[in-house]
Amino acid sequence: MTYKIVASQCTSCSACEAECPNVAISEKNGTFVINPKKCTECIGYFDVPQCVAVCPVDNTCVIDNSYPRYQAGA
Amino acid sequence: MDDSRSFETYEAEPAPAPLDDIMQKIAEHKGCGTSGGSGKASCGSGASENDMPAEIWEKVKNHPCYSEEAHHHYARMHVAVAPACNIQCNYCNRKYDCANESRPGVVSEKLSPEQAAKKVLAVASAIPQMTVLGIAGPGDPLANPGKTFKTFELIAEAAPDIKLCLSTNGLALPDHVETIKKFNVDHVTITINMTNPDIGAEIYPWVFWKHKRVTGKEAAKILTDRQLQGLEMLTANGILCKVNSVMIPGINDDHLVTVNREVKSRGAFLHNIMPLISSPEHGTVFGLNGQRGPSAQELKALQDSCEGEMNMMRHCRQCRADAVGLLGEDRSAEFTTEKIMEMEVDYDLSARQAYQEKVEEERQAKVAARNAELETLAGENVELKILVAVATKGSGRINEHFGHADEFQIYELSSGGAKFVGHRRVDLYCQGGYGEEDALETVIRAINDCTAVFVAKIGHCPKEDLLKAGIEPVDQYAYEFIEQSAIAYFKDYLAKIKSGEITHVTRGDATIRQGAFVSVDA
Repeated sequence: MTYKIVASQCTSCSACEAECPNVAISEKNGTFVINPKKCTECIGYFDVPQCVAVCPVDNTCVIDNSYPRYQAGA
Repeated sequence: MDDSRSFETYEAEPAPAPLDDIMQKIAEHKGCGTSGGSGKASCGSGASENDMPAEIWEKVKNHPCYSEEAHHHYARMHVAVAPACNIQCNYCNRKYDCANESRPGVVSEKLSPEQAAKKVLAVASAIPQMTVLGIAGPGDPLANPGKTFKTFELIAEAAPDIKLCLSTNGLALPDHVETIKKFNVDHVTITINMTNPDIGAEIYPWVFWKHKRVTGKEAAKILTDRQLQGLEMLTANGILCKVNSVMIPGINDDHLVTVNREVKSRGAFLHNIMPLISSPEHGTVFGLNGQRGPSAQELKALQDSCEGEMNMMRHCRQCRADAVGLLGEDRSAEFTTEKIMEMEVDYDLSARQAYQEKVEEERQAKVAARNAELETLAGENVELKILVAVATKGSGRINEHFGHADEFQIYELSSGGAKFVGHRRVDLYCQGGYGEEDALETVIRAINDCTAVFVAKIGHCPKEDLLKAGIEPVDQYAYEFIEQSAIAYFKDYLAKIKSGEITHVTRGDATIRQGAFVSVDA
């Protein structure tokens, strides 16, 4: 799995972009998006996903169930 | 942009209890007592050239936020280059904008550092009295250090005469003091709402710290430690530091007297206690749970109780993170990114200097006029104090029509002279919330604690209604200097009491208008 950003809730504050250890987050059409190919759920870097921890709007950075769970080293 | 946040609701008459608590605190608060009625600028934000060391005067004399006197003449602008924040405040809703510090409004657009630099040059060319560039959000400047310092770098290169300042929640401050110094940022504002983590836990749901979200008392403890450490580091480096505090009745109102003592002992130059802006439309935690803001009397009592050797700021307009113009005015709509990118900017430093020299002349004339008038008050030694409201467009003169005023400046008159003690906004009364309501009633509620209102001009009808409400409309000082006129009025007032022509009446409380200051054209 990977994280995704609920576009309708994103305030476009950019806080997540700088915290992402994988540089997976970028601005697209006014809100921020996570590149599912780069997201590692912060496994191997931090105890908690950084985008979730820093996002000012709760339930905006959420697990994207359409992708398989991230496997470290996969 | 979404203007709906500025719509206001009026609250029921606030409970009197907190005021009593504050009064009690005044009695207990020895460390920061009010100075005797010498008339000397104990309200330091109103301090003049002779009241402070020359090097500090140089730093504040044309900074509208650091000098009450300067705010009549000089303008500031904020550029919204810093959207990210590292803490959450219960008075802030990130869905629109961060209401942390004095910028509760929305920002129309984010700017890149390059766009911001161009905007600053365009505005500085159009408004020669624009002397200060601040970065105040809409998030926290130091949570966006790259964008913040890049902006400073570009502006310092292109417009070296513009003073740079920033406003922060303080969490990241100790990490950036060296850089702040390197870029010659000589004014920094820290928002400190508490030094007690128990109280902090009621204001801050969380902070983002060392890659984790920390909540509760632990979060507040980290925040207060970092804020006070940052403050100490700034003052040790000779950087002028202002502390902003949001007065939240029932949560930190009593405690702010302690905060005042703590920040003073660490060398803060100025303390700005602002009323909480809280309304359900803002979508903030406090707005939604019904937390009220203070009344005008409660705010003034707390500010008075903290006044002593410490300078208190009372002219803050709690402006937006993209405001442009004199305090109390917002010309940001004239300078949208679209308009700016089309502008040919010719930055003419000498024209700006010539203009500012004129302002200095006018300013000195104002001070001389006040001092001359003040001398005629010598010998009057009465306990009596009254408040008067003034309609002004700036320059320290009574030069606004009653019906056109967006705000009134409030002066306290005593045998010590005329002291600026605050302002009351009455703008946008018809734009929402209670459009049916008579605009005049709004004005009367906002200046209900005043004995008189000074205007350049006023119509017959509002004149009568004001008199009925016990507020004397005064147009005889139209276009004169505010302080000189106020002292002259006070002298007359005392004479009329002595002769029995009038009786002094103690006025009631007044309402602080909720909502952000927004440009009418926006």
